[in-house]
Amino acid sequence: MSAITVEGVRPKKKTSPRKRAQRIRFVQYGVLALVVLLAVLFVDGRQVSSAFFRLDLIEKTLTQGLPLAFLNTLAMTGGAFVVGLVLGTVLALMRLSQVAPYRWLSMIYIEFFRGLPALIVLMGFSLVSLAFPGLRIPLDPYGTVWLGLGLVSSAYIAETIRAGIQAVPKGQVEAARSLGMPSGMATRRIVLPQAFRIVTPPLTNELVALTKDSSLVYVIGLTATSFDLTKYGRAMSNTYSNMTPLVIAGATYLLITLPLTFLVRRMEARGARAK
Amino acid sequence: MSSDVNSSDVNTGVTIPTGNREDEIQVYDLHKSFGDLEVLKGIDLVVHRGEVVCVIGPSGSGKSTLLRCVNLLEQPTKGRIFILNDEITDPDADVDHIRTLMGMVFQSFNLFPHLTALENCSIALTQVLKKSPAEAKKIAMENLHKVGLGDRGDSYPLKLSGGQQQRVAIARALSMDPELMLFDEPTSALDPELVGDVLSVMRDLAADGMTMMVVTHEMAFAREVADRVIFMDGGVIVEEGPPADVIGNPKEERTRTFLARVLDPTHVHTPDDEQPDRSRQSGPTDPPVEPRPHRSRLLGF
Repeated sequence: MSAITVEGVRPKKKTSPRKRAQRIRFVQYGVLALVVLLAVLFVDGRQVSSAFFRLDLIEKTLTQGLPLAFLNTLAMTGGAFVVGLVLGTVLALMRLSQVAPYRWLSMIYIEFFRGLPALIVLMGFSLVSLAFPGLRIPLDPYGTVWLGLGLVSSAYIAETIRAGIQAVPKGQVEAARSLGMPSGMATRRIVLPQAFRIVTPPLTNELVALTKDSSLVYVIGLTATSFDLTKYGRAMSNTYSNMTPLVIAGATYLLITLPLTFLVRRMEARGARAK
Repeated sequence: MSSDVNSSDVNTGVTIPTGNREDEIQVYDLHKSFGDLEVLKGIDLVVHRGEVVCVIGPSGSGKSTLLRCVNLLEQPTKGRIFILNDEITDPDADVDHIRTLMGMVFQSFNLFPHLTALENCSIALTQVLKKSPAEAKKIAMENLHKVGLGDRGDSYPLKLSGGQQQRVAIARALSMDPELMLFDEPTSALDPELVGDVLSVMRDLAADGMTMMVVTHEMAFAREVADRVIFMDGGVIVEEGPPADVIGNPKEERTRTFLARVLDPTHVHTPDDEQPDRSRQSGPTDPPVEPRPHRSRLLGF
């Protein structure tokens, strides 16, 4: 190896960078072609399509309960996001508070819920009546989902919003205070509007993650009318011993998440241009 | 300073004011430290009604800190500051109220980017002074007209040039109808060709009789507009007096050295102040001239 460091040897032995790049690209295309070839040779197309894309089951899935499951997923996600947003903002402000115990409390909360699987939190909430007999979370099962997922996401959202608040230049607060605004007003009128604008893309990503996490509600025991997309797809798939309903359910998630991620990309591009 | 309204405190040797409306800013024995670094080492200063005071001095001399202490953006380590009749350094003072009496203009404009130029000027009117939206809008519009931007009320700050942004910032401060104005290097972040507009707005303000305290590097402006020039260095006031004296005929050696550097920038070799000499630019042996960094981009997200 050390020989290549000897002067004069290295340039002669090495192929030109362009040739090397060409060769690497050739290998990459070769691997791709091989994979496609193997797929065509060994995969039984008919078997696959009958397991994943059976037309009659597609129709059954779409007509029987998909719209309701879709709405349920939206409602569960939306409610949890609202809870997370409100609580997350409060936590972020506590995290930046002058009062030290507030900072500690919010830090403990954030680290606790970020370190815990959302699944366990949801399970905990579904069993909360064991600890507090007589306590009923209203709007069951939606209330349980909103609280459970909302509490978890608020920890993530709080960190995002905190970063957004800190990204607002110090001069903004100084300008607001020098106009006679008290610090609360400066935060509300000047800092938070700018912070939320900064964190809209990451918050939308949080919404995407929450949409997918809403599938975890299967652990809390839903009745058929409150099935979300995953639970519905799984129930249908079990009934017909076929993957098609799950594929449809998955595609419906993409219907929600893909536009959102597209939106984020556009916002980020716009943000980058404004810089 | 007339002695009949100010009594000298024998114990401290400090003149304690008794509330003279003609003295808009009174600073007594002001000290400010950042950690171990003492930036202000005992400043005494009075700005009278209608007076334009320009504070000059090398960077790090404490002149911006002095200005920021006046409206308590920096908490003084020691000393007392009076604005009109109120002591802003009094722990019980209504600082928010006292701040409405003085407008502040920042080097980096600090306009609110999520609000239009008009809203920038009106937000404190509705929120702090509790004026009706219609009245606030009218006042804001008047002040935008005053700075020559009556047609840009609907523009967002980032759509405006640096000079326009700074003029909106002046209009924003004026909208509060302040008794006095503080300027913290208002033209230092501007491209050279945009400085003139801002200075001419400030010149008009001074002509209208506004009390102004201006931290600046614009010696020509200070010479023309200031009633009094204060030269600061090392956290103390080294020399003060009419501009013709302090800038035209400085007594102190430190003032002379500073002015020599500022007024004759071709002899300065700090990269920030140096402009490429046009006659040498085309010389074949010269290295290519580096483009000056664009300094007006300080705001935004």
